[in-house]
Amino acid sequence: MSKNTELISKSLEKRHRSEKRFRFFGILGIGTAVIFLITILSSIFVEGKGAFKSTFIQLEINFDQEIIDPNKTNNPEEFKFANYKLLINDALKNYFPEVKDRKTFRDLSVFISSAAEQNLMKLAMENIEIIGESKKIWLLASSTIDVIHKNPQMENFLEEDRLINNIQMSWFNALKKNGDIKFGLNTNFLSNADSTEPEQAGILGSMLGSFFTLLVTLLLCFPVAVASGVFLEELAPKNKFTDFIEININNLAAVPSIIFGLLGLAIFLNVMHLPRSAPIVGGMVLALMTLPTIIISTRASLKAVPPSIREAAIGLGATKFQAVTHHVLPQSMPGILTGTIIGMSQALGESAPLLMIGMVAFIVDIPGSLTDSATVLPVQIYLWKSTAARGFVELTAAGIMVLLTFLVIMNSVAVFVRQKFEKKW
Amino acid sequence: MKKTMLVAAALTIGLSSQVSSRDQIKIVGSSTVYPFATVVAERFGKTSGFKTPVIESTGSGGGLKLFCAGLGTEHPDITNASRRIKMKEVKKCTENGVTDITEIKVGFDGIAMANAKSAPMLELTLKDVYLALAKDVPADPEGNTVKPNPYKMWNEVNPALPAKPIVVIGPPPTSGTRDAFNELAIERGCKKFPGRKALKKSNKKLYKKQCRSVREDGPFVEAGENDNLIIEKLVADPNALGVFGYSFLDQNRDKVKAAKVDGVFPEFEAISSGKYPVSRSLFFYVKNAHASVIPGVKEYVREFTASKAIGNDGYLVPKGLIPLPEGERAKFEKDGKSLAKFDAKVLQKK
Repeated sequence: MSKNTELISKSLEKRHRSEKRFRFFGILGIGTAVIFLITILSSIFVEGKGAFKSTFIQLEINFDQEIIDPNKTNNPEEFKFANYKLLINDALKNYFPEVKDRKTFRDLSVFISSAAEQNLMKLAMENIEIIGESKKIWLLASSTIDVIHKNPQMENFLEEDRLINNIQMSWFNALKKNGDIKFGLNTNFLSNADSTEPEQAGILGSMLGSFFTLLVTLLLCFPVAVASGVFLEELAPKNKFTDFIEININNLAAVPSIIFGLLGLAIFLNVMHLPRSAPIVGGMVLALMTLPTIIISTRASLKAVPPSIREAAIGLGATKFQAVTHHVLPQSMPGILTGTIIGMSQALGESAPLLMIGMVAFIVDIPGSLTDSATVLPVQIYLWKSTAARGFVELTAAGIMVLLTFLVIMNSVAVFVRQKFEKKW
Repeated sequence: MKKTMLVAAALTIGLSSQVSSRDQIKIVGSSTVYPFATVVAERFGKTSGFKTPVIESTGSGGGLKLFCAGLGTEHPDITNASRRIKMKEVKKCTENGVTDITEIKVGFDGIAMANAKSAPMLELTLKDVYLALAKDVPADPEGNTVKPNPYKMWNEVNPALPAKPIVVIGPPPTSGTRDAFNELAIERGCKKFPGRKALKKSNKKLYKKQCRSVREDGPFVEAGENDNLIIEKLVADPNALGVFGYSFLDQNRDKVKAAKVDGVFPEFEAISSGKYPVSRSLFFYVKNAHASVIPGVKEYVREFTASKAIGNDGYLVPKGLIPLPEGERAKFEKDGKSLAKFDAKVLQKK
């Protein structure tokens, strides 16, 4: 073996080693990221999975005519004014006849959620024949009981650490032994808006709020952004002024989002007198924030269309406008749409600018239009996180799961659009 | 694309003309009153047939700023406050045309000082709190002169306290809790020194500055308006002491425990009887000009002042509200019904 071959084979070995190191660090990097992702996702899932079921308690309710319809009108409209809490209280007293004094009974009455009263009212109004009869009914339990039911280990905790006292624990165990307590699907979570009671709080209000907000954002943002992207890329002359605009657009893309909220407060609320807390204003603020993202991606995908297409169109007698609208724009649409969807998913996860315009608020009514008060998904998660009651912990995690699901859907649509329609030249 | 643009334009125009009327109450203000106001609002929405009010938690100062910004549907109808309105704020209101407001007191709240359950229990006096947290502390035993606060350990303040570093996590200056804490804890501790008390008569401005300022050199840590965050920080750091409202203490008894202040625990009876020294009143303010325009304002006030809400057996009591004496509650219920005009003169007495 000559000296040179030896030298080469040695250096080759060294280069192979460095190649291996390079690979190893790459895998290490990806591996760390994946571990973090799995940890976050699994902790959210473990915390949040309980939110999709809630606890129900079975009681024998006596639909006493004296309470529901004391004037014997048989008119369901009259039933609205009855005190259904009394029906539940009577049923509880029948179930636990040993509870006599008022103070102990107060500890017992917290077992049933106040939402059960509305259920009973609905039941009575829809089936008049039920009046005067007794029937076993599953009633929604309060959040405290739900927490105990979901965490059986709490039974062994010290009384002061447990949320409920020893007598309440014994009632709970009695219900469990008789099979009168069970888990059911938490329909409130998907059909209600915010509430101060965890078992009645739901995500629908903020989901619709997010929908209306993003609708406004999309309607305002997409046409304006595409028009300005096309103008800057295809039609505008290259001079100092357009350079200046370009730099400003790139800068805007990096401005912290709270600044757009301040702008929204100053202009949309204080000058234009639009309503506070409304999706229309939220959508306008988020549109300002998303505009630069879409303009930049529009320009990038217009740039990717080969000049030969424009030249061929113009060579065949098309005007510049026709060349753009007939040929260049359709070719670059997949890229523009991808940019738009990514911009939209950014807007979906945004909460800071909405603080300034009053969308960080307690809102119980489900919004039905663009001017109704509403909040959005990330804000709802933040509000639940900052509430004292224990039952909101799992709701927070479940809210994050819903938000993540939407983000995953939007981003996969973006990937799909890109792969399906993107042209390679 | 033209169509979408037209739709967007039409929407914007159509909506701005619709804004002039509003059928939903808007409430802003204190994060301490927020958990009570949300419960009232939810019940009100369910039972009254009106829309459920929208409530934002902005802090007492932030809420009064929005409230006093003017009349009209874009401004809030009601603001919650964990302290009384200030003369400065009344002036701001008057300048902007908000002259007729009603003051409603809803109950009391104790400001608790608490640490993690794993940490030893503290017995503090107001004097200790003042010496540990004020910006300037007396340089001589009488308190005639002051020096910048040198104390880093609790036992330097009072030999009976443990040899642990002073770390207190509390709310920011925009919070009503903080205002009340400065006034009720720091200032009262300050007054225990005769020299300081004499200063109040000779130079009130300097006295206020020196007796209500909290140190900014590290031992007092400002957390946000989020009281849950303070609780989480306390659990993580057993040396730290937190400052927050009684309702949060009540909801988190498995995580934190309160310190005795002047020998009294922040308990229900002690706060309502006034024995616990660091307690304050909770309020909300109603814009009377809005009461006749926005549907439901009067009814909401009625719901909030009713005995079933804030009375001794009211539904807010299990949530941590400390009720007013029955006579006082009845007076505010009457004020709420008639929307009695708030007279700023009562603020000048002090």
